[in-house]
Amino acid sequence: MTLERTADVVVIGAGVQGCSIAYNLAKMGVKDVVVLEKGTICSGSTGRCGAGIRAQWGTEMNCRFGLAAVEKFEQLHEELGMDCGLNQSGYLMVAYKESEFDQLQKSMKLQNSLGIDTRVVSYSEAREICPGLAADDAVGFTFHNRDGHADPFLTTFAYMEAAKRLGVTFHRFTEVTDVKTVSGRIAGVVTNRGEIDAPVVVNAAGGYSQIIANMAGVRIPNFSERHEIIITEPVEPGVCPPMLMSFSGNYYIQQRPHGSIIGGCSPEGHPEDYEMGSSWDFLEMMSRTFIKLLPRTKGVRVVRQWSGLYNMTPDRQPILCEADNVKGFFLSCGYSGHGFMFGPISGELLTQLIIGQEPWIPIDMLHYSRFERGELLVEPAVV
Amino acid sequence: MSGRQEDIVICRCEEITLGEIREWIAKGYETFDELKRVLRVGMGPCQGRGCREMILREISAKTGAPMADIDPGTFRPPAKPVKLAVLAEGGDK
Ligand SMILES: Cc1cc2nc3c(=O)[nH]c(=O)nc-3n(C[C@H](O)[C@H](O)[C@H](O)COP(=O)(O)OP(=O)(O)OC[C@H]3O[C@@H](n4cnc5c(N)ncnc54)[C@H](O)[C@@H]3O)c2cc1C
Ligand code: FES
Repeated sequence: MTLERTADVVVIGAGVQGCSIAYNLAKMGVKDVVVLEKGTICSGSTGRCGAGIRAQWGTEMNCRFGLAAVEKFEQLHEELGMDCGLNQSGYLMVAYKESEFDQLQKSMKLQNSLGIDTRVVSYSEAREICPGLAADDAVGFTFHNRDGHADPFLTTFAYMEAAKRLGVTFHRFTEVTDVKTVSGRIAGVVTNRGEIDAPVVVNAAGGYSQIIANMAGVRIPNFSERHEIIITEPVEPGVCPPMLMSFSGNYYIQQRPHGSIIGGCSPEGHPEDYEMGSSWDFLEMMSRTFIKLLPRTKGVRVVRQWSGLYNMTPDRQPILCEADNVKGFFLSCGYSGHGFMFGPISGELLTQLIIGQEPWIPIDMLHYSRFERGELLVEPAVV
Repeated sequence: MSGRQEDIVICRCEEITLGEIREWIAKGYETFDELKRVLRVGMGPCQGRGCREMILREISAKTGAPMADIDPGTFRPPAKPVKLAVLAEGGDK
C-alpha cells in the first residue's frame, strides 16, 4: 500500500492507545486518519502486557478512569463487533502489612464514594474467590468483582478492524523518523517510506514516545523500563480466577480463560532500557512467588517467558494532552504500566480534546507541564 | 478447495484449523506473529513445534514469498516447558 501524501490526522503507534484513538476519531467523523506502525499491529507493550483492568485505585482521577474503563470494556464487544476476551473475575488485593491494609481501606472508601463497590473480604472468603490461594501471612484483602482482564491482542485488533471499517488506514512496517513543525505548529511526519503532511499528529508510541516527542522539540521526562512476565501451560480452571495483586508482595497473577496462569512483578533495580530480554533471576523469583501463593501449581510447567516496556513518568501517571509549544501535536503516553486498561477511555477523551470538545472526564492535570511545576499526581496503588 | 481440507486442525494445542488460518491470512494477518496474536497458534505447550512449519507454508503460498524469506516469529524461552518447583529451586542453569 503506498503512503498518502497528506492526512487530517497521523497517529504514531498501533498499540491499544493508537488504535483506540484512531477508531474514536473516525467515529466522531474525522476523515483521513492514518496510523503508522514501525512493526506489526500490537507488537509493542500492548501485546506483551498482563491486560488487567481495575477500578481499585488510590486517586480520584484514576478511580474515575478505572470505572469508566470497566464500563467501556463491558460493552466493547457490542460496540466494536468483535469479542475482546473480557473476563470479569475481579481483582483480589492482598496486603501483608498493617500500613498496606490501611491504605487499601482508605482507597476503598474513596472508591465506594465514586460508585465502585470494592469491599474487604476475609481470608476464607478470599479462598472461595481464589480456590488455589495460600496467604495465611496476609493481614487483609479487598475485592472488586467488576475488575478483571481482557485479551490484549483481540482488543487492539477489534479497535483496528472497527477503525478500518470507518475508513482509517493502517500502515505496518512504517517507522516515523522525524516530526515536522513550522513556527510552533505541527506540519507532518517523515517516515522510512516517505513523508505525510498533516495538521494533527498524535504520539502514541508507547515505550518510544520520548523519542517521538524529541523529534517535535517537545521535552517530556518519560523513560522506559523493562518488565518481565511468565505464563504456564493450561491447568484446570478455577485455580486463580481473579487477578491476585499485592504491592508489598510485588506480584500480579491471574488465570487466563483457557487455563494458563500468567504472572509478573516489578523488576529489581528497574532496568531502564529498550531491551526486551528475559532473565533467569526473574524466572526463579516469579516461580517462587507462584508456588508460595498457589501451592498447587508446583508441578505446573512454565511454557513462555517474555518482557515488555513500561513507559514511565516521574509520578507514574500518563501524559494526555496537546503540546503547548507545538500546536496540533498531541500526546498519549507514559502510562507507567496501566495503559492497556485505560486505552478505551483515553482514546475517547483525547479525541474530544482533538476535535475541540470538553473531555467528559477532565484531563488538564495530565498535561506534562505538571512536572515542571512540581505538581505530581501521586498514586499509591501500583505494582 | 474441498471443505474437508479446510477442517484439518493445523495447531493442535489451540485447535485451529487450516480454514481459520487461511481466513485470517486473507484479512491481512500475514506474518506468523500476527496469526499468533489473533488465533493463539504457536502459543500452546509445544510452542509451535507442531504447527509453525505448516503455517509458514500457508503464508508462503498466499504471499508468494519463498519459505526462506518468511519470518518464523519470535522464539521465547524456556526452550522446553519446565516445572515451577524446579525453577523455584534455581533450575539447571
Ligand atoms: C509485562 C507487562 C505487564 C503489563 N500489565 C498491564 C496490565 O495488567 N494492565 C494494564 O492496563 N497495562 C499493563 N501493562 C502496560 C501496558 O502494556 C501499556 O501501558 C500499554 O500497552 C501502552 O499502550 P500503547 O499503545 O501506548 O503502547 P504500545 O503498545 O507499545 O504501542 C506503541 C507502538 O508504537 C510503535 N512505535 C514506536 N516508535 C515508532 C515509530 N518511530 N514509528 C512508528 N511506530 C512506532 C511501537 O512499535 C508500538 O507498537 C503492562 C506492560 C508490561 C510490559
Ligand atoms: S500445535 Fe500449535 S502451539 Fe502446539
